Amino acid sequence: MSGVRVLVGTHKGAFVLTSSPRNGRWDVSGPHFAGWDIYHIKGSPLNPDRLYASQSSDWFGQVIHRSNDGGKTWTPVGNQFSYDGNPGTHQFYDGTQHPWEFKQVWYLEPSLTDPETVYAGVEDAALFRSTDGGDTWQELPALRAVKGHLWQPGGGGMCLHTILQDPADPNRLYIAISAAGAFRSDDGGQTWRAINKGLHSDYELPDAAADVGHSVHNIAMHPSRPDVLFMQKHWDVLRSDDAGENWREVSGNLPSDFGFPIAVHAHEPETIYVVPIKSDSEHYPPDGKLRVYRSRTGGGEWEALTKGLPQKNCYVNVLRSALAVDTLDPCGVYFGTTGGQVYASADSGDSWTAIVQDLPKVHSVEVQVLP
Amino acid sequence: MIRLILPTHLWRLANTDREIEIEVAEPATIGATLDALERRYPMLRGTIRDHITKERRAYVRFFACGEDWSHEPQEMLLPEAVLKGEQPLRIVGAMAGG
Repeated sequence: MSGVRVLVGTHKGAFVLTSSPRNGRWDVSGPHFAGWDIYHIKGSPLNPDRLYASQSSDWFGQVIHRSNDGGKTWTPVGNQFSYDGNPGTHQFYDGTQHPWEFKQVWYLEPSLTDPETVYAGVEDAALFRSTDGGDTWQELPALRAVKGHLWQPGGGGMCLHTILQDPADPNRLYIAISAAGAFRSDDGGQTWRAINKGLHSDYELPDAAADVGHSVHNIAMHPSRPDVLFMQKHWDVLRSDDAGENWREVSGNLPSDFGFPIAVHAHEPETIYVVPIKSDSEHYPPDGKLRVYRSRTGGGEWEALTKGLPQKNCYVNVLRSALAVDTLDPCGVYFGTTGGQVYASADSGDSWTAIVQDLPKVHSVEVQVLP
Repeated sequence: MIRLILPTHLWRLANTDREIEIEVAEPATIGATLDALERRYPMLRGTIRDHITKERRAYVRFFACGEDWSHEPQEMLLPEAVLKGEQPLRIVGAMAGG
């Protein structure tokens, strides 16, 4: 292994952190795209030097960059995200209908099978695909047909923030939207259906078990078991053992089941991680203690991971795309905070070290193990 | 030649200088100037005005000769001093950053 590369998207630029595996020394490059909001930066699983980055700005809109050398140099690519036809309206915060408007790209998911194909999840929620390395983008509009008029924005806007590809079936895609729920396509994105059975949103929806409208914050899978999904919802941590057909709550003994990210251990498909947050309006850890919680039983029973993390006066948040694992053995776990720290664990979460401390607010963390 | 001053984010994005000169076919309107700018620097498409409607982005403003030209129609001819190259047309990010 020649190294680990951590791709960090922040409120004011992107940072690339590199290290030889486990030597504890990190080289920090950046800020790239200084001043831009970097919601996500991610590499192709087929070519780790092919990276895609989303920059957005209230002033200058959306820009996408592509790198072919691991982030040393970048080329601006297509930034036109036009909905297919008239996108109509969705629910606004007060339940009235509101026009669909493109705002920004939240998530970029390079294809597992083609380095030139990449998916983009956007706000207002829709899924786009590029098959030419990001030069042009086309919407997969059937997703919005799944009761899109009942989708509504969460606190961060109406964003499509999670895209998962089934490694065993290139036609199967999962996405998640806040606040619409989780959706699955079995035909490469041509048709979609909601997969929210078992979700309950007692405080957010008039019908707590509605088909759509749930504020799903993140979903995760282990590549060896693509039918098993884990979900951090607004409130509640859930799992599905049947590709999202049915969900059951596995919050167990968590101190709070509100949170944003969820991740699966690289080598143990039943080991999962969440970062409990006090509540929907108090976006910081309970009791001022930054604790990652790990379950080795696929949920239900959780243990606090605290070694090396601040255990008093800590009031940062960990956003939905800011938790990631590497594929080394033992598995490395990484997360970034709204206070600008990026913490890493080289021992599956048993102990943690801040590898950078003072970055801008961290939106996203992705990890690559370089060949 | 029209002199243009770009905001920091955009001249960095276009990998050019803060002030550039650009050939604009007559009549040299605001819209024609932006057309010429976007032809030379395609990565700026969508960052100043909408890709399709060409509507100015809400937080982008146009200043020239000490006056705000943001709300003038894009068919408006630029002021004489800008046409002669004596003054630049300034593309500015609105003062909304704190």
